[in-house]
Amino acid sequence: MSKKSEKLINKEGVRTDGRKFDELRPIRIEIGTLERADGSAYIEWGKNKILAAVYGPREVHPRHLALPDRALFRCRYHMAPFSTEERKNPAPSRREIELSKVIRDSVEPAVFTELFPRTGIDVFIEVLQSDGGTRCAGITATSLALADAGIPLRDLIVACAAGKIDGQIVLDLDEPEDQKGQADLPVAISPRTGEITLLQMDGIMSSDEYEKALNLAMDGCRQVHSMQREALKKKYATEEEGAKGEGEGEVKNE
Amino acid sequence: MPFIVEKRQLVMPGDILAEGDFNPGENTYREGGKIYSSLTGLANMAGKNVYVVALKGFYMPVVGDLVIGKVIDLRLGGWVVDINAPYAAILPTSEAFDRSFNSRRDEMASYLDVGDLVVAKVIVFDRTRDPQLTIKEGGLGKVSNGRLVRVTPTKIPRVIGRKGSMINLLTRGTDTRITVGQNGVILVSGERPEMEALAVKVLQMIEREAHMLGLTDRVEELLKKEKGLKDE
Amino acid sequence: MSDSYDVPISIKMKHIGELIVQDKRLDGRGLLDYRDIKVETGIIGKANGSALVSLGNTKILTGVKIETGPPFPDTPEEGVLTVSAELVPLASPTFEAGPPNEESIELARVVDRGIRESKAIDVRKLCLIPGKMVFVVYVDIYVLDHDGNLFDTAALASMLALTTAKMREFELKDGEVFYKDDLVSLPLQNHVFEVTMAKIGDKLVVDPSLEEESAVDAQITIAVDDEGNICATQKSKTGSFMPKEVIEAVKIAQNKAAELREKVLGGLS
Repeated sequence: MSKKSEKLINKEGVRTDGRKFDELRPIRIEIGTLERADGSAYIEWGKNKILAAVYGPREVHPRHLALPDRALFRCRYHMAPFSTEERKNPAPSRREIELSKVIRDSVEPAVFTELFPRTGIDVFIEVLQSDGGTRCAGITATSLALADAGIPLRDLIVACAAGKIDGQIVLDLDEPEDQKGQADLPVAISPRTGEITLLQMDGIMSSDEYEKALNLAMDGCRQVHSMQREALKKKYATEEEGAKGEGEGEVKNE
Repeated sequence: MPFIVEKRQLVMPGDILAEGDFNPGENTYREGGKIYSSLTGLANMAGKNVYVVALKGFYMPVVGDLVIGKVIDLRLGGWVVDINAPYAAILPTSEAFDRSFNSRRDEMASYLDVGDLVVAKVIVFDRTRDPQLTIKEGGLGKVSNGRLVRVTPTKIPRVIGRKGSMINLLTRGTDTRITVGQNGVILVSGERPEMEALAVKVLQMIEREAHMLGLTDRVEELLKKEKGLKDE
Repeated sequence: MSDSYDVPISIKMKHIGELIVQDKRLDGRGLLDYRDIKVETGIIGKANGSALVSLGNTKILTGVKIETGPPFPDTPEEGVLTVSAELVPLASPTFEAGPPNEESIELARVVDRGIRESKAIDVRKLCLIPGKMVFVVYVDIYVLDHDGNLFDTAALASMLALTTAKMREFELKDGEVFYKDDLVSLPLQNHVFEVTMAKIGDKLVVDPSLEEESAVDAQITIAVDDEGNICATQKSKTGSFMPKEVIEAVKIAQNKAAELREKVLGGLS
């Protein structure tokens, strides 16, 4: 074994995967990957591979759970057994249950649930491979899956994390950085207003570091948001072209 | 008084469309004097009305719509019908029979049972109650044969065409009867299964290429070609 | 929206029945044709092996993880194979979150049977310390999109994940395991392919789509190995088969398995 330095970020500010402090990992997005689901999106964020799917609005089962004034919005974050270094037991862990809740709380405010009383909207996030920042990738994909399902939204919620490694504030921690680093701060925002809909942190940071990390994360969020828009654009670009050209493209109900 | 985006520009949830004295139309919302899109679609404007035409969507019932549904349950007073919408619809027995009907469950089932298809019209819908249907008018009622095609509800206008031009082209070109449900379900029935299959194929093509130019011509060509082959 | 959306069974059966007399199927396939098959292996880097297989619109991702653990008491010198399946809710409106139900358990066990009975993995070569420590091969089937014929898709994804799986080369010294840097494959000595057929009228169709599955009530899955031996069978649903139909199914399975083998393994080696 070579004598590698234990440092996550070196003197020149380069991290173990070659990134600088404010660089995102490579992200790739595909929309509408599944046939059965009403809406779906697949995201590769660094080594993370995550699938988000939406069913709804649809009838709620069991019926007594339905709400009289809005749709019941449910979210399930789940990891595949082969998604982690050590095989994970398929039964939901406490971490998965907590993440399901915070993800739901971060996205629900953007959904016009009041337009669909007594129905249910179900979001399923499946982590096929995990490498740090899965909740952020999951939220990002969920917004796109909801958009793909044609469910009206106030905004595309997007998420990104920042943290502290070797005393430095960096953007988008991967798994080794998260495990060996000093703090992790995932943030989700509504890009239109800048409102924060998810905020968690674990580790130790001074208030200055905290603020720095928060701003860096929000910046990362905005970058990822433009990727969300690009992905939607790509999917529907041909429709826009057709409509703008002359002729038959758009026919409203007559 | 700005309409901020170009007409027919692709917009996404949260995108700003207009500011000032405008009305938030379909698939938009107003906040703080500005109008934003709530869906992915093409933005447009008619007078003071700012709206977004959805590119992909699901069906929300509208009173007066013709829909094709499937019976999923029998209850006292009516059938529960799946109309491919977030809400299941109710077809009251009073809307199925002209005479007054004593709805005993077996009698109901002998007329329409779980699993049967119906062509119906939406007569009541507001979000506080499930949509209600009727099959009392002409052309409505139980379906006994044919093939179903599902099409994204937003493309139904394209399937019908301006003043029914596309759908007429298709029915004439395949000798089939085509009932188009606004809920994205289309029923094709004809004497010959090959013609039914052709109609299904063309409907799927229309859905795929709804936004492309020259679609009508391509449909005509395909119909001529395939019908010619099948008539041999 | 709704999932139940489909032509009533009575109309569909009539239509399927009319077509089958002419040896035709709803989607235009021949009776013995598989849908389009797409295969991608090695996509989950953290797993030892992985394969994403699509049969038409049915998509299944299988991951293989190889870890160490105690052997079963009755086979102290053999590695352990364990297959499980998850029908995750995003794959179909009919799947609910929760512990494995009979559908996912049946799927896992049918795929398991094919791999185990064909002795595809030489489990004697996975023993580290007899009676104490062996390699445990976890095959986890993850259904992502359900459009019929989960058995064949899962079996294919599992076989390919195993075939392409890599583990670190190991050495046993003084009762301790030492891992080298080199990667080796699992000790495979056979391959198995499963072929599912549905009975429509008096004909057998291969690779039923979801539409076909919902309209028939007799299905049979047959696992065939490299030599053409039958290693496993499962008749599923409530319908029945006559003996000669079973013999015919076996013949079809042998032919189709050979085709699948040629198609997917031929490409890899």
